[in-house]
Amino acid sequence: MRKIILKGGRLIDPATRTDDYIDLLLANERVAKWGEGTPVDEDTLVIDVRGAVVSPGLVDMHVHLREPGREDEETIESGALAAAHGGITAVAAMPNTEPTIDTPAWVEYVRSRGTAIAVYPIAAITVGRGGKTLTEMAALAEAGAVAFSDDGSPVESATVMRRALEYASMVGRPIISHCEDLNLTGSGVMNEGFASTMAGLRPIPAAAEEVAVARDIILARTTGANLHIAHVSTRGSVELVRRAKEEGIAVTCETCPHYFTLTDDDVRTYATSTRVNPPLRSAADVSAIKVGLADGTIDAIASDHAPHSIEEKEVEFDAAPPGLIGTETLLPLTLTHLVESGTITLGRAVELMSTDPASILGIPHGSLAEGSRADVTVFDPDWAWEVSEDWFLSKSKNSPFIGRTLRGRAVLTISRGEIVFEEPGAAHRAGETHEEGEHHAAELSVHA
Amino acid sequence: MRWTRKHLLGLEGVEREEILAILDTAAKFREVLDRPVKKVPTLRGVTIVNLFFEASTRTRMSFELAEKRLSADTLNFSASTSSVKKGETLRDTAKNIEAMMVDMVVIRHSASGAPHFLTDHIDGSVINAGDGTHEHPTQALLDLFTIREALGDIEGRKVTILGDILHSRVARSNVWGLNALGAKVTLCGPSTFMPAEIERMGATVTTDLREATADADVVNILRIQQERLEGGFLPSLREYARLFGVDAARVAEMKPDVVIMHPGPINRGVELSADVADGDRSVILDQVTNGVAVRMAIIYLLSRVRAQERVEEPEILAEVGL
Ligand SMILES: [Zn+2]
Repeated sequence: MRKIILKGGRLIDPATRTDDYIDLLLANERVAKWGEGTPVDEDTLVIDVRGAVVSPGLVDMHVHLREPGREDEETIESGALAAAHGGITAVAAMPNTEPTIDTPAWVEYVRSRGTAIAVYPIAAITVGRGGKTLTEMAALAEAGAVAFSDDGSPVESATVMRRALEYASMVGRPIISHCEDLNLTGSGVMNEGFASTMAGLRPIPAAAEEVAVARDIILARTTGANLHIAHVSTRGSVELVRRAKEEGIAVTCETCPHYFTLTDDDVRTYATSTRVNPPLRSAADVSAIKVGLADGTIDAIASDHAPHSIEEKEVEFDAAPPGLIGTETLLPLTLTHLVESGTITLGRAVELMSTDPASILGIPHGSLAEGSRADVTVFDPDWAWEVSEDWFLSKSKNSPFIGRTLRGRAVLTISRGEIVFEEPGAAHRAGETHEEGEHHAAELSVHA
Repeated sequence: MRWTRKHLLGLEGVEREEILAILDTAAKFREVLDRPVKKVPTLRGVTIVNLFFEASTRTRMSFELAEKRLSADTLNFSASTSSVKKGETLRDTAKNIEAMMVDMVVIRHSASGAPHFLTDHIDGSVINAGDGTHEHPTQALLDLFTIREALGDIEGRKVTILGDILHSRVARSNVWGLNALGAKVTLCGPSTFMPAEIERMGATVTTDLREATADADVVNILRIQQERLEGGFLPSLREYARLFGVDAARVAEMKPDVVIMHPGPINRGVELSADVADGDRSVILDQVTNGVAVRMAIIYLLSRVRAQERVEEPEILAEVGL
């Protein structure tokens, strides 16, 4: 197998507290060696990555890949390719497919698709996500489930949630909770506030999320189990998690790029690409999410990638299913709205998108230490570009970011030592004429 | 000032001069309605489709009459949103309308934003005849027309809108329109019927009926729907009537020349007593008459914008040899 040397890039690896210009040698699916002086033989691909950042492969701990059941919207294969396009080398797939991933056979099915990047199954908490009977968590964990979640809907019964936390804790896997009080949500379709009042769309109060976050934190305290809260979107939720962490409760949480880039004001056009659950919140919530990302209250940025067909989304706002695609814009939105604006450092961004989600899920990703898995993301943090519908590799195109100009994106994704995505024109093979990179600062060139 | 918009989707963002252009045009059509022959040939050859996805006899009749008085060709399409799979109808209907090359569409729909959806799919002008709990601009315009008719001017007048503000598109459109014309708006109703941050639209909010109506020049009373009881917004209609119902005794505590309005249909004995509805302070029937004139004005002004847009068409026809 071919060896790869990434030469001249800025290596950012929070796991080893590294931020320096260091060459990286990948061999035998592993990070073989740091630094210069590696002998270059015929089997070695040398890639000039000056001007770019070299980070551990990104980990997206919350995606919906729609297979089995809705292969018209996404498949495990297409979802993996789209993720690689976004610089992601590992995803955790939610079990709310048709059927639900609630048996070891389905866990194995998801795990064994043999995709370009690592796809980790999350299994359901309750059978059929019905909220009543716990799944066989021990068998599911053994088959490869990295966590348990009924995501898409909450576990309504507090007793079932309590038992789930206790049981998952015995199995050694986290519970990922979709926190929502369905009674408070009612038939709501957007965040409650001035925007919903003006749009005349039925409101979902922030309390619908916060009541559930509070309940689950109390249950985590009661049980001592590991609780991970999915898609935190309100100021109140951030405050609840911050206090829980101060108390020493074993809680972690994630947010998604749309909760620090968009507000409920963006819903006023009735564009169904802005319908998502939890809904886009107020500007005050967006600020609180940013503070939480910076101060460590929020542990991870995940996409909640939720592909939907055009037919499903091209309807009245309140008839459209919630969700937007996100793996491909995860890194660019983080770079544009958090790093570029000075809210967090590049190192913290890598932590939030790689190191920390990997550690929450207990998967062997998120580090470039010598000997670790050769999953690497190379990205150009300065490249300004416009998001267009045909740029997406996902089978679905329901992105509210189409038409926006973002700064930075992945140019090279390596999974287990194999290049699974490279920006066309960004890397140059030996023998090809090398043109000056016209559109971006990072210039990759490859010499055999 | 001239009216230059292609669609009328709501009154949010519509400026004072634009609203006055509609009201002044409506005044001229209002005179036409008093003539023995109430029809003008203005819109001959213009095709208008009335798309009613939500039952509303009054609004549909008012639009139809306005269209007929203007000599437009009209088509009616009614469908209950409950009888068909939500979502599909609107898209399919939009495609059909586009294929039929209709000039204007009047749409009533239970989903907020449905008229906006149409503008993305068809070439013709779109008039919002009420969408969900978003806006009902033609109702607000006829309310403004009626207030102006009763009081002469709207600037500085105190207008109270009373009832279920949360579910009311009429209230929202009225607040935008009244504010644009310089009125002072008060919203009054049970706290469960107040949408979040509604005061930011530019209105005083209170749950005290007396405070809201003591010095009001106009009290516009909204319909209370029975189904809101099931949503848990109200304990009972009796309790509502007790706190917010307007009857002769309450009117007696208001200004002697207060103007009482209601967009209809009235739940007599709940939000409004029969004697007040039919009394001398009530302009409820004027609202109905004025509705036709205001809708004629809107259709006329939008069709003029559309005609200008089509000026280039003869050249296109010449190109293909017609
Ligand atoms: Zn969820």
